Amino acid sequence: MELLVVGLNHNTAPIKIRECLAFPEDKIEDALYKVHILPSVKESMIVSTCNRVEVYAATRETEKAIHDLKDFLSQYHGISLKEFEKSLYTHVGEEAVRHIFRVASSLDSMVLGEPQILGQIKEAYDFSQQVKTSGLILHRLLHRAFHVAKRVRTETKIAISAVSVSSVAVELAEKIFGTLKKKTVLLIGAGEMCELASRYLVSGGVEKILVTNRTYERAVSLAQEFRGEAIPFEDIAQGLKKTDIVISAANSAQYLIGHDQMTKTMKDRKQKPIFFIDIADPRDIEPKVGDIENVYLYNIDDLQKVANENIKDREKEAQRAEAIVQDEVVKFVNWYRSLDVTPTIVALRKKFEEIRKKELEKTLSLHPNLSDKEKKSLEALTSAIINKILHTPITLLKQTNEEAMADLYLDALHALFGLPEKSLETFLEKFEEAEEKEETHLENAL
Amino acid sequence: MMNIHFFKFASFLYLFGTLAYLAYIFFLKGALSKIAVTIVSIGFASHTLALLTRYVEAGHTPVTNLHESLSFFAWMIIGILLMANLKYKVKVLGSFLTPIALTLMLFAFALPKEIFPLAPVLKSFWHPFHVIFAFLGNAIFTLTFCCGVMYLIQEHQLKSKKMGAITKRLPPLNLLDDLSYQSLKFGFPLLTLGIITGAVWAEYAWGRYWNWDPKETWSLITWLFYAALLHQRLTVGWRGRKAAMMAIVGFLAVLFTFLGVNLLLPGLHTYSNW
Repeated sequence: MELLVVGLNHNTAPIKIRECLAFPEDKIEDALYKVHILPSVKESMIVSTCNRVEVYAATRETEKAIHDLKDFLSQYHGISLKEFEKSLYTHVGEEAVRHIFRVASSLDSMVLGEPQILGQIKEAYDFSQQVKTSGLILHRLLHRAFHVAKRVRTETKIAISAVSVSSVAVELAEKIFGTLKKKTVLLIGAGEMCELASRYLVSGGVEKILVTNRTYERAVSLAQEFRGEAIPFEDIAQGLKKTDIVISAANSAQYLIGHDQMTKTMKDRKQKPIFFIDIADPRDIEPKVGDIENVYLYNIDDLQKVANENIKDREKEAQRAEAIVQDEVVKFVNWYRSLDVTPTIVALRKKFEEIRKKELEKTLSLHPNLSDKEKKSLEALTSAIINKILHTPITLLKQTNEEAMADLYLDALHALFGLPEKSLETFLEKFEEAEEKEETHLENAL
Repeated sequence: MMNIHFFKFASFLYLFGTLAYLAYIFFLKGALSKIAVTIVSIGFASHTLALLTRYVEAGHTPVTNLHESLSFFAWMIIGILLMANLKYKVKVLGSFLTPIALTLMLFAFALPKEIFPLAPVLKSFWHPFHVIFAFLGNAIFTLTFCCGVMYLIQEHQLKSKKMGAITKRLPPLNLLDDLSYQSLKFGFPLLTLGIITGAVWAEYAWGRYWNWDPKETWSLITWLFYAALLHQRLTVGWRGRKAAMMAIVGFLAVLFTFLGVNLLLPGLHTYSNW
């Protein structure tokens, strides 16, 4: 069995192509069925997000499967392969394992360490389980991927700090106010940044939004959009008394909020802290306002600086994450290489053990007067002989990385010792039972 | 001398608890803070046994000399820490409070630990109440002090627009200010009770409620200071940086009343010198 992934992401394909090849959520099951009936594909899973479209598969015919999957992408979306083949990447075996581990740990994301991707992968995996296109190999692969993602999250600081201006603003607000519940935000002016930041704050729990604008009608329509309350532009001073966070984007020619005015307002506020985010250019808030006690003033450049520093931190952490991924890839590859040889090893041991038992019984029935101690040493002696004999071939099998060599050894062993036909599937079934325990454990851990 | 064994064991555990707490604030691993809480809790239990056995062995409340006072103070601080842990989820608090308790324990460790017969003046119904109230108040002010220190550091970080390792490790400003205020509201009445019970006892022991000995004078100064802080908070809405700085200065007054007076200024409280 070989693992492979065919896909494209934000690095290899422009958004236009990504959009064309994306699978809407309600089409994924259907698409999975279509992949599943390809004879070359044994197991499959489809990941489709706005930044990536990938098909993961387990196969016995690698080349054919790659070809079939590319055709599938082209036919399903009705686009000729020529148009997007350049954007596609294909990873096979160890590289495919590394790829999914990196994706799940958000090392392959546009924003390094962003947390959504893990949830998206889990969703994709759930789909493949519902329609039963994933089997033991993907099963195990995905559980390991979740495990790796968890390790990366807990053992590195990759996701610990905010890297967008809006999330930095929320993080700062939380460092000032603790919880954002029951807090009020005042939006002065409008704009994309303003909107984004206030959305972040609302999702952080902010209770009330006040909106003001030079033209009152615009304030009212904005207030409707945010389900907030519009206040006239002249009443900003009043608004400042009852808000905790101010986002200002009015690009006013003069300062809207000055030092002296704010000092007075702070008295009215009984010194309750207030957090200003000035994203206007030119600035709306006099910089000296930030010197007033219990006033925290950040402008857009300050926020950007914090975000940039956090990005640098994440890049450093990413290197440590790569080491974790490497470590886990080796573990997984060892496991899945052993899938080929393990059934033979089990069969070989079983055969020798049967012979040993039979012969031992014969000998024991010939000598009924043997003491328990003597019986035990016979038992030990025969076991030791078998173990010594089998040690070298089994070690060799386990250590052979080259597939052709391994196949040669396997065939030879089966012929020489008359072992039953090697059947991975029956072995896998048994294996699956044993694995279930570990998996529930892993799931609990997640 | 069972109490000394328990005392040593407690000190030992506080040492490891402190190390675990320092490791926690450095690595920010939740498991470390759990380990720290566990170690410190066992240390607290052992410390409690040390005080109980000493009470039994001495036959009186074991707060009569400097060794006992320091140990008692440390015990109260750890007790306050464990209580604060239940109510507030400020794990780093331990990283600040345990080193203080540990330092007190080490000083107590170095001092003569023998039990002396009780000076006649200390034999009083009021003595245990006086020391319990006074030290509980002081222990709570230690918490206020730590909040003040954390507040000033955190505020400096946010004002200077540095969002780095330190910001991440310290709690939000509002939480610190709230905790500081709450602890002040608990600490101040206790300090007041401590002074009142002390005065009542003084009336029995020396025949006068107030003798203006240095300990009393400095207690009064400390009390006035905290009264002013509480007043400013309640009426003018003082908070944040000013309140934090006052909490720090107030704690210095507490320390001077407790240690400085004993060591530097002679007076009626001299039995607690060593």
